[in-house]
Amino acid sequence: MSALELRVAAVEPLSPLVTRFRFEDPAGATLPLFSGGAHIVVEMPDEDTLRRNAYSLISDPLDGSGYEIAVRREDAGRGGSRFMHARVKPGDTMRVTLPINLFSLDLRAKKHVLIGGGIGITPFLAQLRQLQRLQMPFELHYAARSRAEAAGLALLPDLPQIHVHISDEGNRMDLGAILGSQPLGTHIYTCGPEGLIAAVDETGARLGWPKGALHSEAFLAPPPGTPFTVTLKSGRKIEVGAHQSLLEALEAAEVEVDWSCRGGACGRCETGVSSCHGRIEHHDHWLSDEEKAAQTKIMPCVSRFTGESLTLDL
Amino acid sequence: MPRTEFSPSIATRPVYAALKAHGSAPALMLADAEGAEALIELAAADPAVMDRAHLIYIPAGAAHGPRLRELGAKMYHEAPSFSAALERYRKALLDAKMGTQLYLAGTEGLIGQAAAEALAAGLPADAIQSEHRGSIARRMQCVHCKGVTEDVTTDPFVCSHCGLTLFVRDHFSRRLGAFQGVCVDAETPGIVPEMKEIKA
Ligand code: FES
Repeated sequence: MSALELRVAAVEPLSPLVTRFRFEDPAGATLPLFSGGAHIVVEMPDEDTLRRNAYSLISDPLDGSGYEIAVRREDAGRGGSRFMHARVKPGDTMRVTLPINLFSLDLRAKKHVLIGGGIGITPFLAQLRQLQRLQMPFELHYAARSRAEAAGLALLPDLPQIHVHISDEGNRMDLGAILGSQPLGTHIYTCGPEGLIAAVDETGARLGWPKGALHSEAFLAPPPGTPFTVTLKSGRKIEVGAHQSLLEALEAAEVEVDWSCRGGACGRCETGVSSCHGRIEHHDHWLSDEEKAAQTKIMPCVSRFTGESLTLDL
Repeated sequence: MPRTEFSPSIATRPVYAALKAHGSAPALMLADAEGAEALIELAAADPAVMDRAHLIYIPAGAAHGPRLRELGAKMYHEAPSFSAALERYRKALLDAKMGTQLYLAGTEGLIGQAAAEALAAGLPADAIQSEHRGSIARRMQCVHCKGVTEDVTTDPFVCSHCGLTLFVRDHFSRRLGAFQGVCVDAETPGIVPEMKEIKA
């Protein structure tokens, strides 16, 4: 992965749970520009584990003076967001990857409808700037149970196209109404909890939306599980801890695996399986159902294994 | 006339599968000549498909009009040609909401032009269903003068706009809804291969 060494230029709490971080080049150089929806992977040297988390860029895609991300503290999470909140200070140097976009706007669309829930508002912040610059019609719907949980509110600009739905205030988001009245050529982008994405997909299917007009990005953290062991071609065995991903275990053992999103979406880490006695717990959005059932491939960034033995083509 | 099965040898040619009903979802239907039979079969498989359908038919000499009208589409309209139907079709696309199903049936020229209009209106390609029926004559664009010659049945053929003799390329443009024709005797003026009938 090509990485940049950047200086933390600002750390600004936006709400009790969400903090904004700004990275700049230490020598003041312009950073590569990106497109709305892109993310970077931030490296966090936490004691003896090297954590790497993907975060959507929320700053203006055409502003190379810095990259900004918003991180929600997940106290029950694996530790990456806690590290960002507790340990990162202005002036620190951090390694981040170049931006990659797996959730870009389809610029053939006539209109863009962005639907976000929780911290799943972040990729839309950069997309909003892009859409405004392109002067394309759009609407953004942001849903949360309560105002306290609406982590993204502090990040949203005040625009007439932005609709906030707080269900505790009796203002629940009505997906049927949103999807049922869009002109031809509208594309929908959903980011947030899996339940929200599934609800949009179901509503779309019920109303006859073509699949190609529905886009989504789920924030997938490697799920914990029971520890397991994998075997490499050489016969070497690698232990994977309960809160470690297979990818992290391979990296800790200095086994080279390519990666990009670390969230089961991009396909870069796809690894062949030469023998499998047991069951692969596939958590990715990359392999097809048939491929998953065949148990001949695994996405080490999010997927795990239970059973007797798993041998990888590595 | 049954559905035309083209051999998959032309990579750029769209695949014209059989139409499948999406229940009573709002629908826009466009057919010419023998394409009417595809819609008749569609309605026989699921009559609800006509509940909210706007059907435009270009008979082009075929006698299916009365049977189509009886299918009970919410709106039924006949037009003498695609260009005569275009204003109505464009307006229907403009008013349509996402979730509207587009059913196209008939000749490749009709399907190609109607699909190109729909794509330009923003409908994603996976929302367009088409079924080929009837003549396999090709709609050809001359790459030199850009004029379009309809109903081309031979290779080579004479461009009806600039008069050049054109070789029928197996290259379909989705944007134009037409195949492309290239001057066949540019290097050897006057030496033109024998005309053959287009069979696929
Ligand atoms: S790194 Fe993207 S799918 Fe694993």
